[in-house]
This record gives sequence, C-alpha cells and structure tokens, in this order.
Amino acid sequence: MKLAKIMALVMCLSLLSAGLAFAGKDLDAVKKKGFIQAGVNGGVFGFGMPDEKGVWKGLDVDTARAIAAAIFGDAGKVKFTPLTAQQRFTALQSGEIDVLTRNATRTLTRETQLGLNFVHVNYYDGQGFLVPKKLGVKSAKELDGATVCVLPGTTTEQNAADFFRSHNMKWKPVVIENTTELAKTFFAGRCDVLTSDASQLAGTRAVAPNPKDYVILPEIISKEPLAPCVRHGDDQFRDIVDFAVLAMINAEELGITSKNVDQMLKSKNPAIKRFLGVIPGNGKALGLDEKWAYNIIKQVGNYGEVFDRNVGPKTTLGLERGLNALWTNGGLMYSPPFK
Amino acid sequence: MSNEPKATPDITSSTVPFWRNPEKRGIIFQIAVLLLVLGIGYVLFSNTQANLKRQSIATGFGFLHNEAGFEIGESVIDYSAADTYARALLAGALNTLKVSFIGIILTTLLGVIVGIARLSHNWLVSRLAGGFIEVMQNIPVLLQLFFWYSIFYEAFPAPRQALNPLPGVFLCNRGLIFAVPEAHPAHTPMLWALAAAVVIWWLLARWARKRQDLTGQIFPVVRSGFGLCLLLPALVWLAYGAPTALDIPVLRGFNFLGGMAVTPEFSALLIGLVLYTSAFVAEIVRAGIQSVNRGQIEAAMSIGLRSGQVLHLVVLPQALRVIIPPLTSQMLNLTKNSSLAIAIGFADFVSVANTTINQTGQAIEGVALIMAVYLFFSLSTSFFMNWYNKKMAIVER
Repeated sequence: MKLAKIMALVMCLSLLSAGLAFAGKDLDAVKKKGFIQAGVNGGVFGFGMPDEKGVWKGLDVDTARAIAAAIFGDAGKVKFTPLTAQQRFTALQSGEIDVLTRNATRTLTRETQLGLNFVHVNYYDGQGFLVPKKLGVKSAKELDGATVCVLPGTTTEQNAADFFRSHNMKWKPVVIENTTELAKTFFAGRCDVLTSDASQLAGTRAVAPNPKDYVILPEIISKEPLAPCVRHGDDQFRDIVDFAVLAMINAEELGITSKNVDQMLKSKNPAIKRFLGVIPGNGKALGLDEKWAYNIIKQVGNYGEVFDRNVGPKTTLGLERGLNALWTNGGLMYSPPFK
Repeated sequence: MSNEPKATPDITSSTVPFWRNPEKRGIIFQIAVLLLVLGIGYVLFSNTQANLKRQSIATGFGFLHNEAGFEIGESVIDYSAADTYARALLAGALNTLKVSFIGIILTTLLGVIVGIARLSHNWLVSRLAGGFIEVMQNIPVLLQLFFWYSIFYEAFPAPRQALNPLPGVFLCNRGLIFAVPEAHPAHTPMLWALAAAVVIWWLLARWARKRQDLTGQIFPVVRSGFGLCLLLPALVWLAYGAPTALDIPVLRGFNFLGGMAVTPEFSALLIGLVLYTSAFVAEIVRAGIQSVNRGQIEAAMSIGLRSGQVLHLVVLPQALRVIIPPLTSQMLNLTKNSSLAIAIGFADFVSVANTTINQTGQAIEGVALIMAVYLFFSLSTSFFMNWYNKKMAIVER
C-alpha cells in the first residue's frame, strides 16, 4: 500500500513536474489556486491529526494556517494532505503540495540533495527513550543488549544506531511502520525500549494502558529542529513561509495575542506598529497585504497560544516549553526584527 | 487440390502490395509498437532526469557505497550499522528470500495435504479441511499477520519469565531461542557430505528407474536416500571425534545471549503467509485431482494398486499438469505478499529499502531496486516452475 503510494508519487514526479516547469513561481501558482496545499503528519496527536469531527488540529497544522492567513488573509484557505515519512519529501518535490509542515528535521542533506529549503524552526525536538518503570533503568547508557522498538522513516533509526555504537552497546531493533501497531507491540513487552522524538514519546505514553508505568529517560540523543519546508526555486515564497512562522514568535515577544491584537493596533510602540502594518512597509517587502501579520495573530494566534493549545502543559501531551520557550525565558525561540 | 498450396505464395509475393500481406503488416505493427514503447520510456526517463536536475536532487546509485548507519533486526549474513547500504539491502533481500523459500516449501506441503484431505471419504477430515480453506482464504492476509504477531507478543512471557519446555530451549516474547552445536571445523565437511548424499540419491533414483523399466523390480529409493542423508554427515561427524559442545542461550541483562533465535516477526510472517497461501494451493490441488477421470482411478484399483500407489502413480502425474501453472502464481503471490513484513517489523527487502529511501532521499533509485529484486525473485520462480511443468507435461507419443 505504502509502496504503491511511493510509486505513484514517483510517477507524479516524472509526469506532473513537466507542467510545473512552466507554471512559474510557486507563489503565483498558489495565488492562482486560491489555497495552500500543505503536507502534514496525519497521525501525531498535537502536531497534525484530524479530531473526532474531522477538523485538523496541531502545531504543524496551525503553522500551515498561519501561512494561509499571511497570503490570503484567511487562515481557512489551506488544504491538508496527510503524508507518511517516506512520501513527504517526494510529495513536496513533485509539486503535489506547496509546503511541508510535518515535523521534519532540518538536515544538511535534505537541504541540499533533496532540493529543499527549510525555514525557521517551529518545534525544537530531540530523540529520547521510553521504558517501563519496572525495568529499573535510570539512564539510556544501561540499555546494553536491549530490544528497541523504532518507528521507521525518520532519522530515528540512524540516531539510535549512532548512540548504541558510540557507547559500544549491543541492541536489536524492531522496526514497525505503523505508529499504533508499534505502540501496542511495545506495551505488550516485545521491546524493552521505545525510541522516537521526545514529543512523540509523550504522545505515545498518553495512550498507554497505564501511563504512570512508563518513564522517559533523561538522555536526549539527537537534535531535531523541526521546521516547515518548501522546494528550491521560489525565494519569495520561502520568505513568506519563513516570516509567517517568525511572526508568531515575534508576536509573543511583543506581547500580542489573538485576544488583544485589535487594541494593539492603537499601540504607540513603533515595533508593534510596524509589525501589525499600522506603519506600512513589511507587507510590501514580502509582496503581501500590509495586514498579513495582523491576520496571522488574529486568526491563528501567537506561538505561545498555538503551543499551549496543541501540545502545552494543559493538553494530553503535557509538554513543557523547554527549548521552545522564548529566548527571553531561556529558550531558543528568537525572531529577527520586523523592519 | 495439390496444386493450390503452391499457387498461393506466387500470388502473394508478386501481385499483393505489402500492406495487404498479413505477415509483413504484422512485422510493421510490431516495429511501431516497439518504437512507441521505447519513445514513452525515453520521454519518462529524460523528463524525470531534467526535473531532478532542475530541482537539484542528487541521482544515481552512488549512495550504495555509503555507510548505512542503521541496524537490522535479524540477518542471514553478518551486518552492522558500519556496513554499506549495498550490504544492508543484500541482508534485506536475503531475509525476503529466506521467508519466501521456506514459505513456498511449507505452503506446498500443507496445501497438498489439505487438498487431499478435502477429498477424503472421512466426513470429519474433509469438513475440517473445507473449513480451514474457507476461513484462511477469506480473511485478508494482513489481518492474519497482525493476529499471529499479536499472539506471539501477547501470549508469551517476558524473557525473565521465559518458558523452558526442554533443556536449552526457551520460549518468550522475544521468540524461540534454542541451543545449537558450537561452531566446529567438522561442520563444513558435514555440509559437503550432505551435498554428496543428495547427489548419490539422485543417481540412485535414475538407476532404480532404469532397473524397474528393465526388470520390474522396485528399489526403495526414498528410504535409502534419507538414510544416506543422515549416514554420510554422521560418519564425517564421527571422523572428527564427535564434537558435542553446545552453544546454550543464557539470560543476560535484557535478552538471551548465544544459541539461535527464531524471532516472533519471522514466525508470524511465515505462519501467516503459509496458512493463507496453502488454502489457495489446497483448492488448486483438489481441482487438479478431480480433473483426473474417475475411470483412471477405478482402472488402477482394479489392477491391484494400493490407494497410496494409485495417488502416486496414476492420479498425481496427471493432476500435476493442471496443478503446476496456478501453483506457480500462488508461489509468486507468497513472495510478493512477504513485503507485508514491514507491518509486523520483519526486516525484509522492502523494509530495508524504505529506510534507505528515507535516509538518502533516493526514492526513484530505491523503488527501482525494489522492483528489480521482486522481478528477479518472481522470474526465477516461474522459470523453475516452467521447467518443471515441461518435465511433467504428458509426452505425446
């Protein structure tokens, strides 16, 4: 089934892109279409997954909505394509989607050999280990000889192999493609350890028969800066996607939320005035309406709101801001000036 | 009448234009179709190349020599994360080969048994076989795989509480782990002795047939063949001083060390594929046997053959003609269905190729490799089966 999809995508790559070559810039194509086609995860709670009513929810989903709000002034002008880890880059390269907001790690080879442009990170993640408490393991360095459940299709397999090699430990992977089946296998005890990005481990633990029986080990063995990406070839579109993400971060820095954004229009602070387009310039520079940032914040919210709504401490995932806090709070979220 | 055949070619070659000549027209159509296919292939290839270049996506099979950097759960050959992608893919291909090969043999055996049981005069046996076929045929194979896999990981205990039915044999949710003879220089010669026994068996069979044709005397080929296969390696084993040291698995840390392990993933895949496919094979065998005229069986019985001999000497040789072609396609199905392994975590070729595609991003090359490998397996199987089919076909005299 997956294979068939990949093959179909490969065919698309060869057939469709013939048309694309003449379609001009990606931004023009998007504007002509009237909506953005965004590739999302489809199965990771808190990042990209439809809820019980079929409405797409998640941090990545909201990022795509922010891009739509920037370009069209309407966060609803976006359609979602759920993609597996294997399909995602091919789908972007072939033009099946315009932008990929699907917890993808920015790496050198993806940026170069795959012909992609990653923009600003919307979630700093890292790979960790989930183990049953009764195993009595306190550190990932005690995992010599363990059987490890791994979700394929990301850098996860390689990171785990690197970690065990560098610590001279033996291990056996059990690689299962389906997240649900993998979790079931792990909970039944087929593996001693489950490894994935820490955010996903939190999601998996949330659906365990008894979440308190499992613990995430302190070691984070990889850097996973998850960022939206577009394909090479349209710098203006790349800039818009980049600044749509940054606008959410900048708004949090400036204290602008979806609730107070209308009052903020009257603010005397020139940074806020420039940001919300009261002092024009930014919109013209990006080739957008001057209200683009206002529309993002009004319709989607600032980064803090989006984080809390989808993955924050009050949600099932219960993730702390950690690295994803603003730089002023000891995190890594830092936006360049909007001027 | 005798003049006509001579007259016709004269007319065609001299007076009929070439487009009215079916033979020449046929050749022209063949060439046109070939050109069309080649043209479409060229457009697809060059267009893909151009687009990949435009989007600056790296192409080619150079990545095969890079370090793979990922681990594989089980492998027939030595493999570690430090090996190349080429070796990782080879390990995956061999895993696919392993499960398909063992699967095809077990499927054929089970299918023939169930197919014959389906025709049994014993009401219970035939109904049981019928029930088996109906159930197995009508449940999607993927569901069956999930079912068997969940039985393995849900029903068996953790390694620390492993069942220990026999000394040196452990059963737990990490699989069946059992003691094997420790590596010894005698093992290689023993394998050669086994190979020699098989060759002698084959020669013996030829000789026995010739003798039977000449004198009518029957030589017990099968029994003596099995005897040889046991005796020759045993003699070599004795000659090397009868080494009995065993590599016994011991629980250390999380898992068992030493011995040999059959993983739950492999077992679930094998059981699922074999049960599913053997139901189809059973129906094929039943149809094949029923295609043999009842009179043949009655005739065979009336000359005093026992029922085993009737089956072996009269029914099967004729039934096989009907059985082999559809049996081949079931074998191919089994091989292709083995790619469902990825759903239950067995490291088959598709699973390894998927990981490779993910890490390198070389989707086109990866998918091309997957197609090539399955094509190779399928063509080899059907090549062998066609050869066997020709051998089994009734020789018209």
